[in-house]
Amino acid sequence: MKRIALLFLLLTLALPARAQDTFVAALPGLGGNFSSQVEAAERLGTLGDPRAIPALRALSDGRLLRRADGSLVIREANTLTDAATGAPVQPDSAELARININNRVRVALRGALGRLQLVSPDPAERLAAAEAVFRTRSAENIPLLEAAVARERLSHIRDRMALALAASRTVSNDAEAKRAGIAALGASSSPDARAVLLEARAQNADLTGEIDAAVAAIDTRLAIRRGVETAFQGLSLGSVLLLAALGLAVTFGVMGVINMAHGEFVMLGAYTTYAVQELCRGTPWLLPWALPLSVPAAFLVAAACGATLERGLIRHLYGRPLETLLMTFGVGMMIQQAVRLAFGAQNREVLSPVWMQGTLLLPLDIPVTQNRVWILCFSLVVLLLVVAAIRFTRFGLEMRAVTQRRPVAAAMGIRTGRVDSLTFAFGSGIAGIAGVALSQIDNVSPNLGTGYIIDSFLVVVFGGVGSLAGALIGAFGLGIINKVMEPWVGAVLAKVVVLVAIMLFIQRRPRGLFAQKGRAAEA
Amino acid sequence: MSIAVRPPAPLSLARLGLRAGLIAAMAALAAFPLLNMLPADNALHVSDFLVSVTGKWICYAILALSLDLAWGYAGILSLGHGAFFALGGYAMGMHLMRLIGPRGVYGHPVLPDFMVFLGYRELPWYWLGFDHFAFALLMIVLVPGLLAFLLGFLCFRSRITGVYLSIITQAMTYALMLAFFRNDMGFGGNNGFTDFKELLGMPLNTSGARASLFYASLIALVGCYLLCRWITGTKYGRVLTAIRDAESRVRFLGYSVTSHKLFAFVLSAMMAGLAGALYVPQVGIINPGEFSPSNSIEAVIWVAVGGRGTLVGALLGAFTVNGLKTWLTSAAPDLWLFVLGGLFVAVTLFLPRGLIGLLQKVQK
Repeated sequence: MKRIALLFLLLTLALPARAQDTFVAALPGLGGNFSSQVEAAERLGTLGDPRAIPALRALSDGRLLRRADGSLVIREANTLTDAATGAPVQPDSAELARININNRVRVALRGALGRLQLVSPDPAERLAAAEAVFRTRSAENIPLLEAAVARERLSHIRDRMALALAASRTVSNDAEAKRAGIAALGASSSPDARAVLLEARAQNADLTGEIDAAVAAIDTRLAIRRGVETAFQGLSLGSVLLLAALGLAVTFGVMGVINMAHGEFVMLGAYTTYAVQELCRGTPWLLPWALPLSVPAAFLVAAACGATLERGLIRHLYGRPLETLLMTFGVGMMIQQAVRLAFGAQNREVLSPVWMQGTLLLPLDIPVTQNRVWILCFSLVVLLLVVAAIRFTRFGLEMRAVTQRRPVAAAMGIRTGRVDSLTFAFGSGIAGIAGVALSQIDNVSPNLGTGYIIDSFLVVVFGGVGSLAGALIGAFGLGIINKVMEPWVGAVLAKVVVLVAIMLFIQRRPRGLFAQKGRAAEA
Repeated sequence: MSIAVRPPAPLSLARLGLRAGLIAAMAALAAFPLLNMLPADNALHVSDFLVSVTGKWICYAILALSLDLAWGYAGILSLGHGAFFALGGYAMGMHLMRLIGPRGVYGHPVLPDFMVFLGYRELPWYWLGFDHFAFALLMIVLVPGLLAFLLGFLCFRSRITGVYLSIITQAMTYALMLAFFRNDMGFGGNNGFTDFKELLGMPLNTSGARASLFYASLIALVGCYLLCRWITGTKYGRVLTAIRDAESRVRFLGYSVTSHKLFAFVLSAMMAGLAGALYVPQVGIINPGEFSPSNSIEAVIWVAVGGRGTLVGALLGAFTVNGLKTWLTSAAPDLWLFVLGGLFVAVTLFLPRGLIGLLQKVQK
């Protein structure tokens, strides 16, 4: 019993020791003549020992030095380490000789490094190596890849390696391995795998059936993926439109006041975000919270501007929508110019907090940018808040009363003028909030708002004036239609087509998707 | 919204004064190119700059006139008239491009420079015929007219009025701007057309050509003004004004509101196209920036400042605002947008009938 345990212990000790031995044994070859360098490089490459990487890399960079006793030393910036043990070496000067290489060695080194990187401790390097092996694909990499897949812990790298393995198998001489490779490629959803399969199809006349099935499987998956991607892009555009149009749905839809300066309120919201961020720079612990803090700040700034505009100017033009349109356009022009003079015409940079950066991978490897997901959720939250405010608060009740029948509301003791101001401020404030969201995905410049104003009006007109549900459906509908058409006709033509479609749609339903019924509709 | 319908006033002193003023102004304008030929040290000499700038303003005045017909008389607040102007300009630009012939940088006998640059093999079909002046002239009015007809037909038929119509016209010019910015449209992309050489056999960079274009614009302006004057004075014009003030009432009286408005809108678009066509050879360039919605809305403010529904007001407004702009953009460029924005506010709040209304008030 004791003997067996001892034997076992010896075995476990011996295994790495043997690996080390071969590594140490192969290493000095790098210091020999060109042929022995090539041989050593190839041997180190197939050994699969990550410790060989620094030595190989040093040799190709001309940083590998030979000591008089034949042992090798790697020169880092200003330290020397032993190539075999990795231990630091005292710089004992003169005996160090530089090792020269030629092109043949260089090629061998590159191949060996490429394969060794599959076992490198650095995940990014392993991923890159998997990519490289996938691209070169040769049958001799199969054992190496199998080993690498087996020891890989990170799933996305392992997937990539498995794909490289499958691709390598398609060029092996073993028919079974080929079949397995084709099946594995067919189970992926990568356009690269598809290209490999098509290549294999030309060379393997006997396997066309399997290959075609695999290609078809990939195509289906790619189509689904494209569909989901398009849908997400559409939703994302829709959420932006929704944010920009929500405020308009309140001021234009509920109050019937057309505010061409709405886009400028959005722009003010974005600049408020920038200003809050600059204020927070002084206190570093506050900086990650700058964006959440900007939401109420932007709401207040835009709402204050809105209230001022309503009290000062728009109030005098009630019942004259065309004049209101022109007047607010002029106001928008002045706001834009004021911001341009105050902040400069160039774009301002608004940083994304860390938790909003990066991409999220949905199943099927569909990448979605985090900040777009946040904006999508944010727009829905804002919509719910607006609906709740109109439904369940005293202010919302008064607002609805004034919209439906102004004189009766006044007779009930509602101060209609005050409600008008508050409603307008509310709608403008929502525009400010939209600006916070837009600052994350668009350039913060004085003409930020002009790009959105026409689209948001179209959303409101399409969805039905005065209907928040209409704004929701209108925004997401237009967003998705736009993105679905873009691959076919291009972004610009998609816009034109949407515009024409809306005009034709209005022919059928002049009051939009969700037309108001009853008295308010006749106003 | 409603403007009191003025009775066809007898030839009062005020109207007589206005008419005399108008004729005097036109005569003064007509003298500009002649005075330009005086020696530079003469007190009455008019500089080249002033001649070319007033030539531009005349084209703007035609645009303002066309907009006044649509907005002031038919109540159609078009925020896309700049598109018709630009389309006319592009049609003229295409003709001018074809006339360059082999004198372009690349020396291609048929293709304009930008097409050679973009690798076109042959002329796109929609460029055919533009080498003939008569065809180009036809297109200058036909293309804007057709677009206006389509848009107007769709909108007026389904009774889209007021603000909705304004938004749709604005979206139209916006969409056209995006489209014309594209290189593969065959209209020169964001560079548009420039480097014109000649028109009707005369080189464009001579003072003779400048004067001729100036007079052509002036004649067009007077012609358009008289046409509008006449149209608004007819029974058709009266119905149009009635539609502006009470659309449903006119409809109930049995008039076809759609066709009345459509005619005015299409005619107005054609006039705008003509203005654009006269504008392009004078400034020597046309690019998609002309489609930008702010251009159209600026034209609206010319009419509003002058006084809408008066025709004379449109002319007055176009010259006043553009004069102000030319002066301010060189004297205080930062201030101009504030002034323009302020004009929007001031006119809508305090001068709903514009400068003409102010003049009339003062005279009373």
